[in-house]
Amino acid sequence: MKQLNSIWNFFSSVKLAIFTLSFIAISSIIGTVIPQGEPTGFYVNQYGPKVAQFFQVLDIPDMYYSWWFTGLLGLLSANLIICSLDRFPTVLKIIKADNLSILPSRLDKMSDSSSWQRVQGDVAKLNISDILRNAGWRPESRKMETGELFFSQKGAWSRTGVYIVHTSILVIFIGAIIGHFWGFKGNVMIPETKSSTKIFSSGSRVPIELGFEVRCDSFGIQYYDRGMVKEYESSLTILENGKEVVQKFIEVNSPLTYKGITFYQSSYEGYQEFIVTIEDVDSKESKYFIVPFQKQKIWDGKEVRFGIINAEALGQRVVRAKLWLKAGDSPAVIEWLEDNKSINIKNGDKSYTVTVKQMYATGLQVAKDPGVWFVYVGCGLMLLGLYMAFFMSHKRIWLYQKSDGDYSTVVLAGSTNKNKIEFSRQFAELEKQIRKSYGA
Amino acid sequence: MDSSQLLGITTFTYLFSTLLYVAILVFKAPRLGYIATLFTFIAWLIQTGGLVLRWMESYQLGFGHAPLTNMYESVVFFSWVIVILYLLIEWKFKTKIIGAFAVPFAFLAMAYASFSTDISKTINPLVPALQSNWLIAHVVTCFVGYAAFAVAAGLGIMYLLKNRSKSGDQKSSGLLDTLPPLKTIDDIIHKTMVFGFIWLTAGIITGAIWANSAWGTYWSWDPKETWSLITWFVYAITLHARYTRGWGGTKIAYLSIFGFLAVLFTYYGVNFLLAGLHSYGSN
Ligand code: HEM
Repeated sequence: MKQLNSIWNFFSSVKLAIFTLSFIAISSIIGTVIPQGEPTGFYVNQYGPKVAQFFQVLDIPDMYYSWWFTGLLGLLSANLIICSLDRFPTVLKIIKADNLSILPSRLDKMSDSSSWQRVQGDVAKLNISDILRNAGWRPESRKMETGELFFSQKGAWSRTGVYIVHTSILVIFIGAIIGHFWGFKGNVMIPETKSSTKIFSSGSRVPIELGFEVRCDSFGIQYYDRGMVKEYESSLTILENGKEVVQKFIEVNSPLTYKGITFYQSSYEGYQEFIVTIEDVDSKESKYFIVPFQKQKIWDGKEVRFGIINAEALGQRVVRAKLWLKAGDSPAVIEWLEDNKSINIKNGDKSYTVTVKQMYATGLQVAKDPGVWFVYVGCGLMLLGLYMAFFMSHKRIWLYQKSDGDYSTVVLAGSTNKNKIEFSRQFAELEKQIRKSYGA
Repeated sequence: MDSSQLLGITTFTYLFSTLLYVAILVFKAPRLGYIATLFTFIAWLIQTGGLVLRWMESYQLGFGHAPLTNMYESVVFFSWVIVILYLLIEWKFKTKIIGAFAVPFAFLAMAYASFSTDISKTINPLVPALQSNWLIAHVVTCFVGYAAFAVAAGLGIMYLLKNRSKSGDQKSSGLLDTLPPLKTIDDIIHKTMVFGFIWLTAGIITGAIWANSAWGTYWSWDPKETWSLITWFVYAITLHARYTRGWGGTKIAYLSIFGFLAVLFTYYGVNFLLAGLHSYGSN
C-alpha cells in the first residue's frame, strides 16, 4: 500500500511534469537537425556506418514515432491523468462547498476583510440581499444564533479551467491515436478524363481501396500576370457503381471530402498528349479525343482526321499546339492554337469549334483521419481552458450581520484565487456601496 | 508617399523613441515621459499607415492580400505589435520607464527588416498554398504571441539589471532607482508571458488547421512546427514552475529571456538554418 502510494505520488507530481516537458522539448531538437524519414543509406553516407547503426537503435530517422518518444508522450499522459485525479476532487469540493457553514470568526482573517458598527434603528427595513444584488452579486443567506450570514460567489467553475487545459491535451492525443490507427495518408496521380478506385499509401506505396471511384475531369493552372502560379485546380467527380454522385472543383486549400476521405490538390504532371475537343458547328455534335503527339486520329463516322504536329512549351507546359485537320476530301488546314482556347476552323464546307489542351494528370494527396475532430475539439477546449484559467477567477464574498442590543456589527469579507489586486479594488467599491446603504 | 517610405521613417522614429525612453532613465526626467509616449504613439501611427498602404498597394498590383505573408511583412508586423502592446502596458500599469526595454525590440526588428540583405521587400503575389484565411489568422496569432514574449524578455532584462544593482554596488543603483519595484516588474513579466502563451497556443492551432486544409496533415513534425512546440513547452514549463513551485523573480526573468531566444530561433533560425515547409519566409 505504501509502495502504491509512493508510485501515485511520483506520477502526480509537478516535478515529474517539468522533467517530462523539458525532456520532450530538448529531445525534439534532434529531429529538427537530423533529417527525418530518409532511407538507411542516407544516414550511412552522412554520418558513417557506426553512427547510422546507433541511430537505427534509437529510431532517430523516425524519432517522433519512436518507442522512446511515444513513451515520453505516454509518460506525460499518465502524469496528466494521475495529477488530475489526485487534485480534482479537492477542486470539486471547493466548488461545491457550503460557504455558509463558515465560522463568522474566520471572516476577519480573509485576505480582504473589513468590519464596522452601525445603529440598529431603522435598518430593519434594509434588505441586504437587495443591496448585494444591486452591486452585482447573487447572495444566499442563513440565519444564525447571533445574526445572519450572507454569501455570494462568482466564477467558481473557473477553477476547472486548468483541468480543461490538461484534459484537452489528452483529447488531442486520443485524436492523434485514432488518426494513426484508423486513418491513412496516401496519394494518387489521375490523368484527366481517367478515374481510379485506389490510392497508394504515402510511405509503403501499398494500394488502398477507396470503395468508390474518383475521376479527374480536368486539371488547370492559373497564372498571375507576372507568370507566377496563382492556382492549381482540378475538377473531380466521385462515382459509385458507375453513377456520378458528387462533383467539385478543388484547389490547394480547398479539398473535396467524400465518406470521410479527403482529396487535396498537391501536384501535377504534364503529358505529351493532348485532349482535343471538336464540335461540328452544323450538327452540334461534339466529342473529345486523347491524342498523342504527332499521331493521327479519326472521328469515326465523321471522316474527320486530325493530329497535333507541333507544340511550343515552357518547361513542361505546352503554350501553343499546331493542329492539322482534314474533313473528308478537302485539303487539310493547319492552325496554331493556344492551349485550352477554342477557335473556329473551316474546312471545305464544314465548320468546327476546336479546343486543344495539353493533357495533365492531377496529383492528389488523399487522407482519411477520423481523429481530426477530436484534435479540433481538443484545441477548442485548450483555448477555453486557458481563458478560464488565466482571465477568470473564483471570487467569494461574505457579509455577516451580528446584532447585540441597539448596535450591530457588520463584517464584510472576501477572497479570490487569482488576480488579487483587481479583486481588492472591487471589494473596496462594494464596501463603499454597502456602507452608503447603511448610512455609515 | 508609398509604404516603403513610411516604413523606412518608422525605423528612425522607433530609434528616436528608444533614445527618449533611455533619456528618461538616464536623466531621471519623468517629464520626458509624456513626450516619449506621444512620440512613440505617433511613430506607431506612421507604421500603421505604412502597413495599410502596403495592403492597398498589393491591391493596385492586382493580387491584393494582407501584408502578413513573407519575412519582411511579418517582421514589420512583429514590431508593430510590440509597440502597441508596450503602449497598452504603459497605460495599464502607469509606468513609462519600461519603454527603454521594450521599444528597442521594435526598433531592432524594423532595422533588421529594412537593412538586412536576407530579406526582400517586394510585394509578391501569393503562391496557392498561402491563399488561405487560416494563414492570416496563423500569422497574426503567432506574432502577437512573439511580440508579447519580446516585451516579457525586455522586462526580464530590466528585472535582472535592477536586481543586480540592488544587491551589488551602489553607484549604478541610482540609475535604476526610477524603475518600478521588482515585485511590479515580476508581475508584469508574468502577465505578459501568460498573454503571449495564449496567443502562441492559438498560433499553433491555427497553423495546424491551415496545414490540414492544405495538405491533410495537421501536424507533420517539420522543423518549424517542432520548434514552435519547443517554445510552447518552455513557456508551459515556466508557468508551472511559477504557479506550482513558487518560482519567481530572477528565475522567471531568466526564463523570459531564454523563452524569447527559443522564439527567435523558431522565427528566424529555422528559416535560415534548417529546411522545411515554412521556407517561404526566407525569400
Ligand atoms: C503541455 C502540457 C501542459 C500544459 C499546456 C499545461 C497547462 C497548464 C496551465 C495553463 C496551468 C495554469 C497555470 C496558472 O494558472 O498559472 C496549469 C496548472 C497546473 N498544471 Fe499543467 N499543463 C501541462 C502539463 C501538466 C502536467 C503533465 C502536469 C502533471 C503533474 C501538470 C500539472 C499542473 C498543476 C498541478 C497545475 C496547478 C493547478 C492548480 O492547482 O490550480 N500540468 N497547467
